[in-house]
Amino acid sequence: MMTTTTTPLIRFLLRTADDNLVLAQRLGALLARMPELEEDIAVANVCLDHLGQARSLYAHAAILEGLGRSEDDLAMLRDERQFLNATLVEQPDVDFAHTIVRQFFVDAYQVPFYDVLCGASDPVLAGIAEKAVKEARYHLRRSATWVVRLGDGTEESHDRTQAAVDLLWRYTGDLLALDEIEETLVADGVLPSLDGVRGVFDATVASVFAEATLTLPTDPYQRLGGRAGVHTEQFGHLLPEMQRLYRSHPGARW
Amino acid sequence: MSASEQGWPLWEVFVRADRGLNHVHAGSVHAADAETALQAARDVYTRRAEGVSIWVVRSTEIVASDPDRRDDWFGDLKPYRHPTFYEIPDAIGHM
Repeated sequence: MMTTTTTPLIRFLLRTADDNLVLAQRLGALLARMPELEEDIAVANVCLDHLGQARSLYAHAAILEGLGRSEDDLAMLRDERQFLNATLVEQPDVDFAHTIVRQFFVDAYQVPFYDVLCGASDPVLAGIAEKAVKEARYHLRRSATWVVRLGDGTEESHDRTQAAVDLLWRYTGDLLALDEIEETLVADGVLPSLDGVRGVFDATVASVFAEATLTLPTDPYQRLGGRAGVHTEQFGHLLPEMQRLYRSHPGARW
Repeated sequence: MSASEQGWPLWEVFVRADRGLNHVHAGSVHAADAETALQAARDVYTRRAEGVSIWVVRSTEIVASDPDRRDDWFGDLKPYRHPTFYEIPDAIGHM
């Protein structure tokens, strides 16, 4: 069992990396299964963008913690309760609508989130964010387009997309909730204020859903816990599949 | 039924590689409408920084010359129309 990390910045880097890695793992599993060749390539591009963000963040966290762990160790040798990703990204790909709605919520959050991170006092984190925000803007353009196409499409596509919204909305709270980690980083001057992220997210969701004729659930319930390592059952299936090869062949090289 | 069976229309993709160059035909994509066609073209043809601008055109909107009439249209070669029959003085060098 590896030691848990301590400083707020390392924990913040890890959970941001975890969001991206787990989503990339979900998206990677879709390759060769998308309804069209074009979408297959698009989902591969988005997957690799998230994987690249995760790698940069893990590598930086590994340097800061100074324990001799590599980015791979952080990704592949931590156990379920040590992963700090929002539970949204671990939710399964029930159908194309679920894939797109999950992606849209992530994108609507990551654009303002990375925008703030561009102003981080840590130049490496600011640099990662500057690259990532461009990727996130493109991801949002694509996912928002699809949300509108599906929501305002046929009766079936609307119903499936609304069902995805009804299921996935409860997992967005993990992304948007501000906790003591962020409060500490803001108070210490490491990060600019993240208070505006929620408002931008809400405005994006509201305008895209209006065009897509979709509605948010009236039930305000939010399933929190991912940031504390308390995941949904789905994550227990995803993680061993992702980590099996690395753990079975420690130190293996291509 | 998959989207392919329903038949998303085909779009021709033109990519401009850099400022000052022309858009050049890169290939085609299937997409339901213009906006998704542009996005698909971006993902399929410009992933490795191949372009700075993309056009997409519905393939059915392209009017093409009839390949069966190629001889009528293009077979009548008049090489003397190329300015290759002039003597170039040595002093000019390579032109």
